[in-house]
Amino acid sequence: MAETRYSKDHEYIRVEGDVGTVGISDYAQSQLGDVVFVELPAVGKALSKGGEAAVVESVKAASEVYAPVSGEVVEVNAELEGAPGTVNEDPAGKGWFLKIKIKDAAELDALMNEAEYQNYVKTL
Amino acid sequence: MAAEALEATTDTAGAPAPLKTPLHARHVALGARMVPFAGYDMPVQYPSGILTEHNWTREKAGLFDVSHMGQAFLVGPDHETTAKALEALIPADIVNLAPGKQRYSQLLNDEGGILDDLMVTRSADSDEDGALYLVVNAACKDADYPHIEARLPSNVKLIRAEHRGLIALQGPGAEAALAALAPEAAEMGFMTSRTMKIAGIKANVSRSGYTGEDGYEISAAATKIGEIWDTLLLDGNVKPIGLGARDSLRLEAGLCLYGHDIDTTTSPIEAGLNWSLQKRRREEGGFPGAARIQRELAEGTSRVRVGLLPEGRAPAREGTEIATPEGEVIGTVTSGGFGPTLNGPCAMGYVAKAHSAPGTKLNLIVRGKPLPAVVAPMPFVPHHYKR
Repeated sequence: MAETRYSKDHEYIRVEGDVGTVGISDYAQSQLGDVVFVELPAVGKALSKGGEAAVVESVKAASEVYAPVSGEVVEVNAELEGAPGTVNEDPAGKGWFLKIKIKDAAELDALMNEAEYQNYVKTL
Repeated sequence: MAAEALEATTDTAGAPAPLKTPLHARHVALGARMVPFAGYDMPVQYPSGILTEHNWTREKAGLFDVSHMGQAFLVGPDHETTAKALEALIPADIVNLAPGKQRYSQLLNDEGGILDDLMVTRSADSDEDGALYLVVNAACKDADYPHIEARLPSNVKLIRAEHRGLIALQGPGAEAALAALAPEAAEMGFMTSRTMKIAGIKANVSRSGYTGEDGYEISAAATKIGEIWDTLLLDGNVKPIGLGARDSLRLEAGLCLYGHDIDTTTSPIEAGLNWSLQKRRREEGGFPGAARIQRELAEGTSRVRVGLLPEGRAPAREGTEIATPEGEVIGTVTSGGFGPTLNGPCAMGYVAKAHSAPGTKLNLIVRGKPLPAVVAPMPFVPHHYKR
């Protein structure tokens, strides 16, 4: 069963086996406002935990999206190029950014689970 | 994600408490996201979001709170005396400004650099002869007022209109919305001003704005501006619009934002604001930095402000380097982002004169990568002023 974990920087990773689907949380999209552009990495790129994975731009500003864990990019959501607003409409579903082959599953332990993340957001 | 994008609502620690406009409580009640701007707590967007607000303004009518801007009156014994006092500070022809007319100009320093840009209005009312109404930028007003006062003759005074609010009604639906409350609004031409009663409240109205659309700016007593705001919002075509859409609207309209596209390092000629210098002033001079500006008018400038259209979808933001296809850096983006009406990115910036012709292919260096762009005429979205 897939489990979703969150970083303090508001990325989520939904883990299925050794592959995680990465996107930004509903809180993050609501704070960003209308997303107008998403820059995704090349498939095959090695990402390190906390390093830049993608860029998301709202009307107002550009923001970096960080890799919640280390690993290799195995797929990116090319649909976002033509429909970046999907990130606002369905951040946890069709608005995903990339899939990553997780290098070290132990890195997931440092991330928050759903309940922990919702409590964290309440403190912001 | 990078935290700064999510922290727009967080006040800077140690900063003085932000000022509030007379409409502050209304913004909060409407669910606006409030951000610090030029010392004020201002709505950056309402719940519908910047894209929706931008498009609504282009298609219907948007209502903006711009009460943070500096309103003031310059008062002297007669029009010519007051106009000449102001002409010593700005390069526009104010002496020949007819009653009820408005002009855009710039406060210049002795080097011809821009200290602020402003709107100057001569009252239509003959018993107010000798008074000029000024609107300056919020972030500049605390510097502008002493600058102006220090340079006035003893018979001309600057009176700060701190107890006034200012709202802008912009878009193709603006005329119908305001004329329903004050029919004379429909008769006004672009860059004219008159006094009228709106919902029973005395207001100074000009037909102008900062979106490229037809529309009005409405000044009234701070205690009464909320009633005008509320009454206009009863019109189904009028919605409140925040500073976020105000910025994307003015960018598409090719209008300068002070502190970004123009500042003390730029002259009005480099900025392409030649149209705001009337013939008599160009010839006679008599404003700060006149020698430089007259030379630039005759010989041109080494750099100019241009519009830039990136070829892809990625916006190029303020500070982005502009380079030739060969890699030589020849300028910097001063404003850039996504144009909702354009449905694509657009930007403006300064480039070396040799690379400023429309159609010139240049690269914008975004996150270290060259992004192809082309020099394009502005506005990016045609103006719809009431001529």
